[in-house]
Amino acid sequence: MSTTNPSSEAPLEGGRRRLSLRRRPDAGSPASAARARRRSKQRRRIANVAGLMAALVLTGVGYSALAPGASAADDPTGNPSSAVEAGREIYTRSCITCHGSNLQGVQDRGPSLIGVGEASVYFQVHTGRMPLVRQEAQAAERPTLFSDEEIDQLMAYVQENGGGPTLPSGDLRDGDLAEGGELFRLNCAQCHNFTGMGGALSSGKRAPTLLDANDMTLYTAMLSGPENMPVFGDNQLTPDEKRAIINYVQTIKTTADPGGAGIGRVGPVAEGLVIWVVGMGALLFGIFWMGTKA
Amino acid sequence: MATTTAAPGRPAPGRPTTKLGSAALEVDERLIVAGPVRRTLNKVFPDHWSFLLGEIALYSFVVLLLSGTYLTFFFDASMKEVTYGGDYAPLRGVEMSAAFESTLGLAFDVRGGLLIRQMHHWAALLFVASICVHLLRIFFTGAFRKPRETNWFIGVGLLVLALLEGFAGYTLPDDLLSGTGLRIFSAVFLSIPVIGTWIYFTIFGGDFPGELIIGRLYILHVLVIPAILLALIAVHLLILVKQKHTQFPGAGRTEHNVVGNRLFPTFAGKATALFFIVFGLCAGLGGLVQINPIWLFGPYNPAQVSSGSQPDWYIGFLDGSARLFPPWEIVMWGYHITPVFWATVAIPGLMFTALALYPVIERKLTGDTASHHLLQRPRDVPVRTSLGAMALSFYIVLWISGGNDVIADKFDISLNAMTWFGRIGMIVIPPIVYALTYRLCLGLERHDREVLEHGIETGVIRRLPSGEFIEVHQPLGPVDEHGHGQLAYGGASVPKKMNQVGGARRAVKGFFKPIEEPAAVQAEARRETRGLEAARESRELTGSGRPTEGGRPAEGGRPSEGGRPQQEPRD
Repeated sequence: MSTTNPSSEAPLEGGRRRLSLRRRPDAGSPASAARARRRSKQRRRIANVAGLMAALVLTGVGYSALAPGASAADDPTGNPSSAVEAGREIYTRSCITCHGSNLQGVQDRGPSLIGVGEASVYFQVHTGRMPLVRQEAQAAERPTLFSDEEIDQLMAYVQENGGGPTLPSGDLRDGDLAEGGELFRLNCAQCHNFTGMGGALSSGKRAPTLLDANDMTLYTAMLSGPENMPVFGDNQLTPDEKRAIINYVQTIKTTADPGGAGIGRVGPVAEGLVIWVVGMGALLFGIFWMGTKA
Repeated sequence: MATTTAAPGRPAPGRPTTKLGSAALEVDERLIVAGPVRRTLNKVFPDHWSFLLGEIALYSFVVLLLSGTYLTFFFDASMKEVTYGGDYAPLRGVEMSAAFESTLGLAFDVRGGLLIRQMHHWAALLFVASICVHLLRIFFTGAFRKPRETNWFIGVGLLVLALLEGFAGYTLPDDLLSGTGLRIFSAVFLSIPVIGTWIYFTIFGGDFPGELIIGRLYILHVLVIPAILLALIAVHLLILVKQKHTQFPGAGRTEHNVVGNRLFPTFAGKATALFFIVFGLCAGLGGLVQINPIWLFGPYNPAQVSSGSQPDWYIGFLDGSARLFPPWEIVMWGYHITPVFWATVAIPGLMFTALALYPVIERKLTGDTASHHLLQRPRDVPVRTSLGAMALSFYIVLWISGGNDVIADKFDISLNAMTWFGRIGMIVIPPIVYALTYRLCLGLERHDREVLEHGIETGVIRRLPSGEFIEVHQPLGPVDEHGHGQLAYGGASVPKKMNQVGGARRAVKGFFKPIEEPAAVQAEARRETRGLEAARESRELTGSGRPTEGGRPAEGGRPSEGGRPQQEPRD
C-alpha cells in the first residue's frame, strides 16, 4: 500500500485524472507525488495509515536486523523487554512459517499480523485456533497449546512489533443486561443464534458456539473480528456496549431452562426431532402394544 | 346401561329391577335413546394397532382445546408497544408488543402457565405428526378407495387446516423466531403474481408487520380454524361410523363384516387408555422438555434475525423448498415471477393437489370403481406403495433441507454441500426410492407365495441317504403329491417363522399377563374351523390369489361366528 505508484492509480481517479496528469511533469520526486495524493481527503487518510504501517514495518525490521536483543533499552514501557524477547522465541518457533519473519504474513499461508494487536493474539491462541492445525475452511477450536505466560509473551511481541487493539481491563460484564440482549440480537444473533449456539455459514465455515467463551475471548473477538466475523471496533460498539453484550451472553448461558431440558436451545429442529423420535416413538410403541392385546 | 334396561324383570315383564335400570328407563321413555345408544355401544372396531393412529390425532386435538382455552385467559393478542418490567431480567426495559409481554407473563408469572403453554405446543406438534402417520396408513393400505374418497378429501383438508392453525399459533407470541417466519409468510403472499400485493395488504393492512396481524391471526387461531377443524372432524367421524371401518383381510374377515371389539366395553377401555397416554405424553414433554423458549429469542424486531430460525417441523418442508429452489427470476407474460412463488406456492400447491386427488387418479388409472372394505397390504399394490414412498422421499428431502443449516452446523458439513444434496436429491432420490420400493414389494410378494407353496423354513437340516442336505419345510396347510402347499394367498400376513404359526388366531386375553390358557385358545380355534381356509369361499379368491373386489355389502350379512363380535350388516 505504501509503495503505490501514483501514476498507476491516476486512471482510476476518473474526474481527477486531468489534475493528476497536469501534476505529472514534476512527479519525478516522491515528495511531489505525495503532495498530489494529499489533494483528496480520502487519499490523505489512506496515505497516513500506509505511512504509519510503513514506519511500523521499518521499525520492526530495523530492530530485528540491527539490534536483536538490544530492544529493551528503547522500549518506552520499560519492563516487558524480556517478555517481548520470549515472545519472539515462541513466534519464531510456532508462528513464523505462516506469518513471516516480520509479521508481514506469507502468501496463501497466513495473514499479516501488523495491526492486529494483542487482542487478536489473545483470542486466536487462547481458543487454540492458533497455531493452526491445517489449512481448511476455518480454524478449528482446540485445546490451548501455550501456557498463559507464554501467550502473554507472544502478545507482547506482536503488540510491540505490529501494534493494534489492546486487551481491555476492568470488569468485562459491567453493562446493562437488557441493552446487551438487544445489541446481541441486532449484531450477533444472525450468525451465533439467539442463544449463542452458533450456526452454519457458507462453504464449511461457521459461527462457533459461545458456550465455552470466557469474557476476554468474547471481548477480543469483537475487537479483532477473527475469521469471518466482522470487526466491532469501538466506533461500532463502544466498550460499554461490548461489556453489556458480554454480560448478556454469559448470563443467558448460565441461566437454567425453566421449561425443562433445553434440547440444545436450537429451536424447532430439535423440537421436531423430539416429537417424532420420543413422542411418536412412544405412542407407536403404545398402540402397537394395545393392538397385540385384543 | 343398555344391558340393565334389557334385564329380565319380575314386577312387570320387561320392567327393570335395579335402581340404575329404572333411572335409565325413565331417561329412555323421554328421549328414546336406547336403540341408538345400543347400536353405538355395539359398534365394532378392528383391533389392529394402526387403527389407533387417527385417534392419537383426535386426542391431541382434545389436549390442544383444553390447554389452549387456559392460555386464552392470559394472552393479549395486541401489537401495542409496551416496555417490559416483569420478572425476567434480561428483557427488562426492552420495548415489545403486548402479545410478547403477555406470553412472557404466561411463562414467568402465571401459575402453571409455562407448563400449559409447553403442553399446548408439544400437543400441536404431535397433532400434525399423528395426522401425517394416520394419512400414511390410510394411503398405503388403500383405505381411501371407494366408498371412502370423501373422507380422504376431508382428511387432507384437516391436514392443511392443521398446518395453518399451527402456523398461526406459532406466530402469536410475536417473538423474534416466529416474526422471522411471519416475514417469510408475507413474502410468500407478495410473490403471487398479479394479486399478491393485494392479498398482502388485505391481510396485513399496511407495511410489514403493521399493527393488525397478531389480532387477526389470533381470531383465526382460536375461533375460525378450530371451529372448521371441529366441524370437519365431526363429519370425518360420522362418515366413518356410517361407512364402518375397513379391516385387514384375515380369519373370518370379509367385505361384509367388521371383526374386532365392540365400542363398549373393550374399545372404550382402550380408547380411554390411549387418551390418557396421549395426555400424559403431552404433559410429560410439556413439563420436562423446553419448547419455544421465547424469552431467549426476544421480542420481534424486523431489524433483527437469528441464524437457525426455523418454522415448526410441519412447515419445514416449505422452508426447505424455499432454500433449495435456485434463484431463477422467471418472466411469464410480462410478470416477474420470483423463486419464492415456485418454491412456496407452486410446489406445495401441486403436492397437496396431487395428495387430495390421489383416489380419483388411482381410480382412473386402475379402472377399479368397486367398493372396498378390506384393506390391502402395501406389498400387494406395488405401484401405489412405490408412488407413496417416492412422494414421501421427496417430502423428506425438502424437510431435511428446511433444517439444513442446523444439520450442517451440528454434523460439521458444509452448508453449500447440504443445499446441493437437497437440490440433486429432490430430483434423483424419488425415482430411486420408487424403483427400490417396487422391487421390495415384488420380493415380499414372491416370498409370501414361496412360503405358501413350500412351507416355512424350519432351520432343521436333514441329510438324505444319498448324502444330499435339505432343509425341512413346514407346510402351512394340506399339500399335494409333490409336497406343494395348496393354500392361495388371501391378502393377509403369511407366517414366515415357526413361532408365527397360529398368528391369524385371536390374541390371548390379558393385558399385562395372559388370563387364559394359550392351549385353550388353540383348542377353541380348532373347534371353530376358522382361519383363512374357512373364510375362503366368502372372499371369492381370484386365480391370482387376490381377493376379488368386494361389491356393496349385501343386505342381511352373515351370522356371527364364534365368540367374536361382528359388525351388523352395512347399509
